[in-house]
Amino acid sequence: MPLFDRLYNFAHWLTQDRQEAEDLVQETYVKALKGFSSFRPGTNFRAWIYQILRNTFFTSRTGLKAAATVPLDLEGDKGNLPAVNDTPESILLQRSDRQLVQEALGRLPVPYREVLLLCEFEEMSYQEISATLAIPMGTVMSRLSRARRALRDAIQESQGK
Amino acid sequence: MACARSTEKAWTEKLDAYVDGELPTDDARALDEHMRACSSCAAEGLRKVQQKRAVAATGLRFTPDPAFRARIQKSIAAPRPMPWKRLWLPVLATATVTTLLIAGALFLNLQGDRRSEGQLVSELIDQHVATLASANPVDVVSTDRHTVKPWFAGKIPFTFNLPELQDSPFVLVGGRVSYLGQAPGAELIFRVRQHQISVFIFQERGTSNVRDTEAVRTALSFEVRSWRHNGLRYFVIGDASAQDLDKLSELIRAAG
Repeated sequence: MPLFDRLYNFAHWLTQDRQEAEDLVQETYVKALKGFSSFRPGTNFRAWIYQILRNTFFTSRTGLKAAATVPLDLEGDKGNLPAVNDTPESILLQRSDRQLVQEALGRLPVPYREVLLLCEFEEMSYQEISATLAIPMGTVMSRLSRARRALRDAIQESQGK
Repeated sequence: MACARSTEKAWTEKLDAYVDGELPTDDARALDEHMRACSSCAAEGLRKVQQKRAVAATGLRFTPDPAFRARIQKSIAAPRPMPWKRLWLPVLATATVTTLLIAGALFLNLQGDRRSEGQLVSELIDQHVATLASANPVDVVSTDRHTVKPWFAGKIPFTFNLPELQDSPFVLVGGRVSYLGQAPGAELIFRVRQHQISVFIFQERGTSNVRDTEAVRTALSFEVRSWRHNGLRYFVIGDASAQDLDKLSELIRAAG
């Protein structure tokens, strides 16, 4: 089954729950099989199936709730980037911070979380992300930039505790 | 975090695309240049790379349950219920494929047998030639069949009879132990005029690939005769005339 493990991982990241992730993956496969004729050969299969998965997710109860809690300024321009005075020590993410990163990533709003996973973990190009999320390239870039800042803030917040 | 030079603020905005390898080549080169001079952009770039790696490393967190995987696999592989009318098609297809496979296997097997039969004969021809080329072609030198036959006793796991050659043009030169397919056998050398002829005798089970019928053939211009008798397989190989080989074969068979 193509992409099964990765799709499941992604689904679990989105839903944060095993049972819901399984339901999500199952529904994704059913839809993908049923709608395979709608897949245009030559286009990106991975983007296509991830798109099905997240569309399914956002119409689920958890997904709707997640979408509702998205901050209003998700795509808004906050103007100047906040100035942070980093010492070299705080810049470095230690290996032992793995847990920290995972938790911080889990706390991020879903749109940030998914764009980070698609870019960093799935190593999708901006173009693929654009196709998967059905947003313009410019939005991919600005969202990614914001998501990274938000993750950094979340990590620093945990570290500060 | 922001680039110290406000006129170059645009650089910090390009850092994300830079670490993602999505910046056009010219821009990336220019940013490289800039970072060499701007420590805050360099530090920010490094930090972004580290964070990117950290997410990449922690991204794989959840693995599917094996039971779940099996369930999905089954649901995908589940064939649709088929109307009875259409059932004959897969049955026919299966039968056809099976038949083809069997035929193919038989054909290959047959080819294999033929090939090994050919290999057997050419192996014996090689032995025959090697014997002729040897400085000591035979281990027991004797024209007397009553010397040669007992010499083999204890050296090979069977015995055989040698013909009386008195009124024939053939002369027994001697014999040696030969091997075919790891089984020992007898090689007898006869001479007719200036030609030497090897007669190989092996137990039949090692040579079952050879066709049962009498084999008369020419291989590499050597005349080859082969038959079986009393659980033994005989091969007569030489460069003498076909008539000579036939005559010698006849004599040996009469004695066996």
